[in-house]
Amino acid sequence: MTKKVKISELTNMLQDLDIEALEGVEIEGDIEIDIGGLGGFDPNLAHALGHETAQLSVHLANISRLLGYPVEQAFASASMSMAGQQPQMQPQDKQQIPFGSGRLSELLSAKLEVEPAQEWTHTIQEVTLGATSSDGGSRKSTVTIGGEKALPYYFDAPMPNRNYVTMDVFDMPIGMAKAVKVNYEDVMGDPGEWAKKVVNEFNADMVTVHLVSTDPMIKDTSPREASKVVEDVLQAVDVPLVIGGSGNPQKDPEVLEKAAEVAEGERVLLASASLNLDYERIAKAAINYGHAVLSWTQLEINAQKELNRKLMKQCNVPRESIVMDPTTAALGYGLDYAYTNMERIRLAGLMGDEELTFPMSSGTTNAWGARESWMKSSPMKDDSDWGPREYRGPIWEIVTGLSLALAGNDLFMMMHPTSVQVLKEITQTLYGSVDKETVDISNWVEIEMEVQ
Amino acid sequence: MKVNSPLEVYKYLPGDNCGVCGVDTCMAFASKLLDRSGQLNDCTPLLEDENKDKLEKLEHLLAPEIREVEIGIGDKSVVIGGDDVLYRHKLTFFNKTALAYDVWDTLDEDNLVERVKYIEDFKKFYVGEFLSPDMIAIRSSSNDPKKFADTVEKVMENTELPLILCSFDPVVLRAGVEKAHKRNPLLYAATMSNWQEVADIALEYDLAVTLFSPNDLDNLKSLATSFNKMGGEKLVLDPGTYPTGKELNTTFNNILKIRRAGIGGDKDIAYPIMAVPLTSWLVHKDTVTASYWETVLASVFTIKYGDVMILHSTEPYAMMAELHLGDTIYTDPRKPVTVDPGVYEVGSPTPESPLIITTNFALTYYTVESDLSSNSINSYLAAVDTDGIGVEAAVAGGQLTASKIKEVLELADFSLNEKTSHNTIILPGLAARLQGDVEDMLDANVLIGSADSGRLPGWMDKNWPPEKE
Ligand code: B12
Ligand code: SF4
Repeated sequence: MTKKVKISELTNMLQDLDIEALEGVEIEGDIEIDIGGLGGFDPNLAHALGHETAQLSVHLANISRLLGYPVEQAFASASMSMAGQQPQMQPQDKQQIPFGSGRLSELLSAKLEVEPAQEWTHTIQEVTLGATSSDGGSRKSTVTIGGEKALPYYFDAPMPNRNYVTMDVFDMPIGMAKAVKVNYEDVMGDPGEWAKKVVNEFNADMVTVHLVSTDPMIKDTSPREASKVVEDVLQAVDVPLVIGGSGNPQKDPEVLEKAAEVAEGERVLLASASLNLDYERIAKAAINYGHAVLSWTQLEINAQKELNRKLMKQCNVPRESIVMDPTTAALGYGLDYAYTNMERIRLAGLMGDEELTFPMSSGTTNAWGARESWMKSSPMKDDSDWGPREYRGPIWEIVTGLSLALAGNDLFMMMHPTSVQVLKEITQTLYGSVDKETVDISNWVEIEMEVQ
Repeated sequence: MKVNSPLEVYKYLPGDNCGVCGVDTCMAFASKLLDRSGQLNDCTPLLEDENKDKLEKLEHLLAPEIREVEIGIGDKSVVIGGDDVLYRHKLTFFNKTALAYDVWDTLDEDNLVERVKYIEDFKKFYVGEFLSPDMIAIRSSSNDPKKFADTVEKVMENTELPLILCSFDPVVLRAGVEKAHKRNPLLYAATMSNWQEVADIALEYDLAVTLFSPNDLDNLKSLATSFNKMGGEKLVLDPGTYPTGKELNTTFNNILKIRRAGIGGDKDIAYPIMAVPLTSWLVHKDTVTASYWETVLASVFTIKYGDVMILHSTEPYAMMAELHLGDTIYTDPRKPVTVDPGVYEVGSPTPESPLIITTNFALTYYTVESDLSSNSINSYLAAVDTDGIGVEAAVAGGQLTASKIKEVLELADFSLNEKTSHNTIILPGLAARLQGDVEDMLDANVLIGSADSGRLPGWMDKNWPPEKE
């Protein structure tokens, strides 16, 4: 049975409705989308309706079912009929073949003993971002990262804090991959609205405000003017913020200093201190106005140690105010370096290198630089068809981020709503906080598939 | 590996310092054996009869902690397992995770053949070679021996890829094995309820077999110990891949425990591990959702110790990401991937063709080369010796400079005036700031190309040939 609703009614309905009742809904509006066959429903569908190709959008939006909304149950039950089958293991006539001389009549019983790792003696520093009114800020909630005593999700020691995602907001319209852009076209000129959108619709835990317009080569916006955007965003949303400059090493220190001042008491993360700029000035701003510093180096463990040491010893930044960004390179574009760099940093921290016991942040958005994520089709004639880029891009961002999550990364700076949802779902599942009905895998071999 | 100093290895080498192995001394060769860049049979003196004991001793000492298992025959056979470390930077991971995509015996013939061909032919260019799927898993969803045997036969007619034969019913499995045993397939699977029958098949045909014990590591180890006792050394362990919820965390830790125990020296469990991201399809029906989740599971278990995987989605976005990640995790972190510096010809260049500058970092070079050749842009491509660093980092780090460019042209005896009619050089967009230096040093016209070489064809349409001054 199919029911028709208007898009405008849809978001409202979601608040109150038993979502299972929406199965088989067909939406009418500018675009008519039949989600009847999809068996689930997506609370973020509204955003998807802006996508260029309705069909692609619904598919992508559909992925947010992964987020664990109650629809999952309805969905699971549909597939359980297949998954729930017991193995059809009829007793077989014993084969008339010569047994190997050593055939056993009974299984030798063994036990697997695995010790927790002994060499992880240290705890990664916990860092809290954002401040509520009781701490002199205006955030509704805070985000705490770090605190690990083992590699992420390992049984050796419980992981105290989950992974978090901060989504990018820019202070001016910028060029971005098409698959990303379609999600932001309506808010591109308005950082406050943009921030609201990523928090309210895309489930961002935090917002990163990039003050790119301050770059002398772009608009050369003054630090004072740029910091108005910070105020707007602080007004618009009540999650903790990351504040980034333009990447210009001359300008960034003064831009971040001013931003730190207007955000006084909110405990933002200032991005970034690095070796090629006046990190001391940024460190000072963080100390004076109660913020944390992102310590950014480029894929080099010794440079990371050096910068952290300078921040601690030379600038007196407290340990609980340092987060590291050891640089993210995309899948296929140096992820092998980035992964191992982070894994080595985390292992060194756990084993007691006090210059590396800090939580880590990844500019996962870098994945959109890989041509596989944004190019329409392969430039190589001999390649197999790459399929639609609308699907490729988000998966590139997810796999880049997820790999680094496994290397120990705590906080993710991301862009595409689908990527954010899937990354959150898998990291929280591995973290152990996602409850789902147990799936019977005992006879997965017989699963019936449709031909794709 | 049971040794970690070259001295311990050196003891058992012939000590001739004859150099046949490719390095000057036995001690140097010992180091190569330790970091696994050399192989025992590179030392021919060691293969002689009188050194038989030493060879055996070394084979034993140098065997990787995790056993290697070979599946399939001929060029396309795959080896899985063989790791010695838990973290790639400690050495490197060996034998890239083998990706098997599934077909099943209730698929009608046309679709079956089409799917097999698609899997076999899928390829994605990367750093000078193509990434492609490794194996095909054939599932019996009918549970009918005849159907399974027919399907196995049909698949074999259409591909040389190694096979995994999947059924929990020993009668069905045997029917498939009778058709395919000469191809050295991997069997899936022996369980707590069918292990004797499956052991019979595996031992009779001397095939590798997967042991499946969902979420029970003691049983898994019991199976492994028993199979080993019966003479089966070629084992693969599947602790079950639970696709969602808390059980996924358990699966993750099960796999971790198996590998940690194996690397730690527990021989009874030191076998390659199988993960089955295909179980994503037990919870998600929609193709995109299931494919995304399957790719996510595949990523987790590519990084964390899966040696072979069974997958369903053949969507390009899923396969591309999976293939790339396998390559990422299994490249050797010890060596930068480079091409030899020099001037290469792409297609058949003439004096009117452009001279294009790039770096000798393999990823950069092959990306640019493929962009040129697949768009039939005949050209000279100069790979500057940047110590294997890409364009942007090399400009920042000073390995890509005007004098380095001059150097490579001289090395290749490439005279701009003799080889070209235009005396023009095209620099990468990301090396724009070298323009003035290069103009001065080479006395040539310098054009700044696109930032990404994928945009070169369009750029060429607008900017080539260069206007005469
Ligand atoms: C991986 C990486 C590294 C690796 C390099 C590994 C290697 N073998 O190259 C390591 C860790 C060693 C490294 C070190 C450094 N890096 Co680094 N690194 C990166 C990273 C993450 C990816 C670079 C990459 O591999 N790209 C892929 C390759 C294929 O791209 P490519 O070579 O540029 O080729 C493309 C184009 O240039 C173009 N192209 C190539 N040739 C041609 C020719 C023509 C004619 C045309 C038209 C086009 C064209 O097409 C190609 C395909 O798209 C980037 C950041 C990023 N995400 O981009 C930073 C980055 C390049 N690194 C940077 C820096 C500063 C450094 C260091 C100086 C850091 C430091 N302080 O130590 C060092 C320098 C090291 C050295 N030179 O010795 C900066 C450069 C900033 C700048 N613009 O000056 C970047 C951009 C990071 C950043 N945002 O700060 N880095
Ligand atoms: S070939 Fe063998 S004997 Fe000769 S130098 Fe090499 S290791 Fe020594």
